[in-house]
Amino acid sequence: MVVLDDRVPASARLAHTDASGGQRAARAQLRGQIAGLERQLARAVVDGWPRVALPAAAGAAVRPGPRLLNLGELERVRDELADRVAGADMALRRRAELQAGNRDLLERMLLEPGRHRFVRVTRADVGEPGCGAWHVRPRLGLVGMLMGWWHVKLSSGCPLAT
Amino acid sequence: MSAAEPQIEHGWVQRELALELPGLALASACVTPAAPARATADGRAQRLAVLADRLRGAQVVALRTRPVVAAQRSFFRQVGLDPDVQRTPIEEAALGRMLQGGFVSRTPLDDALLIALLETAVGVWALDDARVHGALGLAMGGEGAGARLVVADATGPVAAAFGAVVVDRRAGPHTRRLRLFAIQVPGVPAIAVEEALWTCAQALVEAGADR
Repeated sequence: MVVLDDRVPASARLAHTDASGGQRAARAQLRGQIAGLERQLARAVVDGWPRVALPAAAGAAVRPGPRLLNLGELERVRDELADRVAGADMALRRRAELQAGNRDLLERMLLEPGRHRFVRVTRADVGEPGCGAWHVRPRLGLVGMLMGWWHVKLSSGCPLAT
Repeated sequence: MSAAEPQIEHGWVQRELALELPGLALASACVTPAAPARATADGRAQRLAVLADRLRGAQVVALRTRPVVAAQRSFFRQVGLDPDVQRTPIEEAALGRMLQGGFVSRTPLDDALLIALLETAVGVWALDDARVHGALGLAMGGEGAGARLVVADATGPVAAAFGAVVVDRRAGPHTRRLRLFAIQVPGVPAIAVEEALWTCAQALVEAGADR
């Protein structure tokens, strides 16, 4: 790679070397943090897909083009990204708690169907792909309802396209 | 070296940019495309269809975790772009594929650029070599807060970085020789960028191979 001199006089550059060098290091550190947060956000998006809608960027707009950001702008980008990562983590955690609760409910349904009459848990509710659902239903219809014969039926999957 | 393996030229980087964004680079290559044969249009469409099959919903979402795309997304954020609004080239192409249900074959050059992008996740742009003066490089175009990262030759900007090519530098139907270029952002290995240029050159050669 050839680096072209931008024709700023050497004396002018030297006067600001320390200050600009320190600021450049700070900007490099912020860029590193931004890269790390972007990776975390990307992982969260992939982990959550397709069940969890993660919060979108607030006020994101089309910019005229790439440019060099100053320290303050990089801090703003880092903070916004950190907020998004925190929001995504929270959404994923909530979803995980909900799914864990639904898995507990499903276990209880399977153990004691009579105590969970007509309760329905879908595969999506427990974080599994597909369209199936577990449904507590009476055996033999009305007879089962009167006799207290309950069982869990797993539906056969996605409905056929009409 | 065959005709499909062009000589890769490493571009210059303005000092300010090199200091601020170490690892940022530009690679370019000159290619003389053969006139396209009618028979190869189907071949290009077929190849694009195969590439479209590789990109389904889950793969498109997972693109952002692939190393090259992750590096590009990080770079976009570092230079003030939101990659969820102004998408990286490969994510833009993938979104288009999801919306249209596939890739539409256009001109041999458009198809070659798209094939290179889909195969490597690195965007490639083309200029009319006759309208480029000297080596290509990366510079800041404009002054103060309005300064933007641009691809430039000895006379000035020829394209916005990751954006449109300046109209009078574009390759057209009368272009005899193309100058392909790709931008290497920090975190993307040089081999990926070179492979993008080779893939594009190969696709251009294949477009005229059956004449």
